[in-house]
Amino acid sequence: MYEKEKGLFDAFVAGKLSRRELLATSAKLGISAAAGGMLLTAAQTRAMAAEFDWMAHKGTKLKLLLNKHPYADAMIANLQTFKDMTGMDVTYDVFPEDVYFDKVTAALSSGSSEYDAFMTGAYMTWTYGPAGWIADLNEYIKDPAKTNPTYNWDDVLPGLRASTAWNGVPGGELGSADAKQWCIPWGYELNNLSYNVKMFEKAGVQPPKNLDELVATAAKLTKDLGGPYGVGVRGSRSWATIHPGFLSGYSNFGQRDFTVADGKLTAAMNTAESKAFHKQWVQMIQESGPKNWSTYTWYQVGTDLGAGASAMIFDADILGYFMNGGDNKEKGNIGYAPFAANPKASAPTPNVWIWSLALSNFSAQKDAAWYFMQWASSVEHDLFGARKMDFVNPVRASVWKDEEFRSRIDKSYPGYLNQHDTSAPGAKIYFTAQPLFFDLTTQWAETLQKMVAKELPVDEGLDKLAANIDKQLKDAGLG
Amino acid sequence: MTAAADHVTQPKTSSRFFRRALPYLLSLPALLVCIGILIPFFTAVYYSLLRFRLNLPALKGFIWFDNYINFLSDPAFWNTVKISLVYAGLTVGVELLLGLGIALLLQKPTRFNNVASILLLLPLMTAPALAALMWKLMTNPNFGILSYFVSLLGFHNFKWASDPSTALLTVTLVDVWVYTPFIMILLLAGLRSLPKAPFEAAALDGVPRSFVFFRITLPMLLPYIITASLFRLLDSIQQFDIIYSMTQGGPGDRLMVFQVQSYLEFFQYTNVGRSAALLIILWAITYLLSNVFIKQWLKLRERAHGGA
Repeated sequence: MYEKEKGLFDAFVAGKLSRRELLATSAKLGISAAAGGMLLTAAQTRAMAAEFDWMAHKGTKLKLLLNKHPYADAMIANLQTFKDMTGMDVTYDVFPEDVYFDKVTAALSSGSSEYDAFMTGAYMTWTYGPAGWIADLNEYIKDPAKTNPTYNWDDVLPGLRASTAWNGVPGGELGSADAKQWCIPWGYELNNLSYNVKMFEKAGVQPPKNLDELVATAAKLTKDLGGPYGVGVRGSRSWATIHPGFLSGYSNFGQRDFTVADGKLTAAMNTAESKAFHKQWVQMIQESGPKNWSTYTWYQVGTDLGAGASAMIFDADILGYFMNGGDNKEKGNIGYAPFAANPKASAPTPNVWIWSLALSNFSAQKDAAWYFMQWASSVEHDLFGARKMDFVNPVRASVWKDEEFRSRIDKSYPGYLNQHDTSAPGAKIYFTAQPLFFDLTTQWAETLQKMVAKELPVDEGLDKLAANIDKQLKDAGLG
Repeated sequence: MTAAADHVTQPKTSSRFFRRALPYLLSLPALLVCIGILIPFFTAVYYSLLRFRLNLPALKGFIWFDNYINFLSDPAFWNTVKISLVYAGLTVGVELLLGLGIALLLQKPTRFNNVASILLLLPLMTAPALAALMWKLMTNPNFGILSYFVSLLGFHNFKWASDPSTALLTVTLVDVWVYTPFIMILLLAGLRSLPKAPFEAAALDGVPRSFVFFRITLPMLLPYIITASLFRLLDSIQQFDIIYSMTQGGPGDRLMVFQVQSYLEFFQYTNVGRSAALLIILWAITYLLSNVFIKQWLKLRERAHGGA
């Protein structure tokens, strides 16, 4: 009896059976949904193991450094599959995001071999890569002896592959031919509007379609709702304030952080268009943002939406996704809308954040750690996370096409797929890759805080910021 | 007999050697401690003389005092100096006044006062970062209990740490909440150890309380006050947890104190040279301040001995 069930799921994984046929036959065999899930995972594991020696590093112990995130939760939930398939043992430390990257910096800068692989963002690799802390993964991906032939690297969305590859040249184009692959995309987020449908109905407004409408709608919501504020955006004194909604809107107006000429960088945030954008952004926060905006991180922006304290957010789409579930007060009330800030733009241009996996150069067992990384970023694990866990947004094209995943999202999160699919073609990293990323974006956030607090006029603030940044670029030999 | 004599001579030689070596052996732990302290210090000094960014290894090299010169010519650095000193002065001043006041109230060793002094120590047992988190929640404009109380007083849009005009006040409140008990307990110990005779004499003569306080209690308590202030000042000028947890040095650069700036330079910007230079400058300021305090303390002690 068990062999029959096994054969059924093996046939499905091998593509010999459609999903409809699998479901029908499973029902006939009396296989429950839970048992079906387990059998499917086991069949996928067998399929993966069939063409590659997953047991090559049997007995090796790996240690991971993870950020507390649903992507990490999905991986942990499926980790036993990897252990069974490879005979390796995997332990991990999980830290909240507030301290996570400091922990990574501390571990890597000290040359510690404690962690073999870790979660990172693409921006961080602009520091870790040139510092020699992480391995160039091209050496692994392109080596058939180390990489499963079914790994299908090309299935990873091209924009994300390019965004995680950099040649180390300040201002160098991401994903260029000479770029090193500093990390493997794992899950990503793009920035759009997530809004409270009930509040919008109450105030009689529609999701705004550009920045002018966003500022006006947020103000109307703040005025009419009598409690919740109009729009949540990040505001802490950190690079993290610049990269989500702010840079997504900014880029939509064709604005850049730097211009690159003859290998030298020049600050570009004090153009007339940039000043106009900043003025509107500042006005929006002053009129309709959270009262204590200057302390707002991802967590505050999200929890306010989930708790009904804000009517909409311009932040990561997955943040809106998480607030529509769980124990949130506004669960089921959240809608999603693509957003192009510039009325003249044909489509949104969201800046992306890519949760990725990187391989520590100080690991004593890099080959074994690479086995873990390719499993964690495999189609099979991506599918598991997308179907069974909150592994949105997956990085593989094949998973985005998966019917089960799409119908689950479409049913429980109306509008989510539309905002994603509309924005995905224009989604990429809009920052210029350069080694002073964290210094300069933090200064940008600091200037923004001063503008919102009316300590500094926008024009003067941006001129000062650009001059200051240019000086630092020159000091570092980049300007 | 000869064998016995030899037997006696042998320990004499070894004990002589041991006696000679003893001072060196005794000072060895101190030497090791000194080395343990000095190595990191001189390493930081060495790094502060370098252009050293972890992510720009090709640029690494001696620039001697350029990091210091760059700081001294940067208005942002002087803002850091100003904020650090103002923060330290403000917190220590308020904590001293409050700590002294509470210590005076609890001076008599009654059962109630003993229990109260233990209860008042509770904030000191709280990790400063945790205290900051607690206060961050209490001052949240949407649901914070303190925001509710100030709204009853008519301040409906009070922004606490997120507004430049009230940020310093907010973090000072947290610092005062955490560390006032430290001053209180030191001064309470001082008050209870003061000789009773002068107070009894003053009571017999019917001297007014204010006179007793300003002319007897305060001068006798001064060494304790200086010690407590010195400890707190050294700590306060190096404040990190509360400010970073609440504001990350913002809004703008309103709370950009030394430790926060140095932390950001190292952990976020990976600029080892600048981070080390900032810490060496902080060390110099702390050294100067402690010197002033210790000199004052020694003067007072001399005066006390002379008086005796």
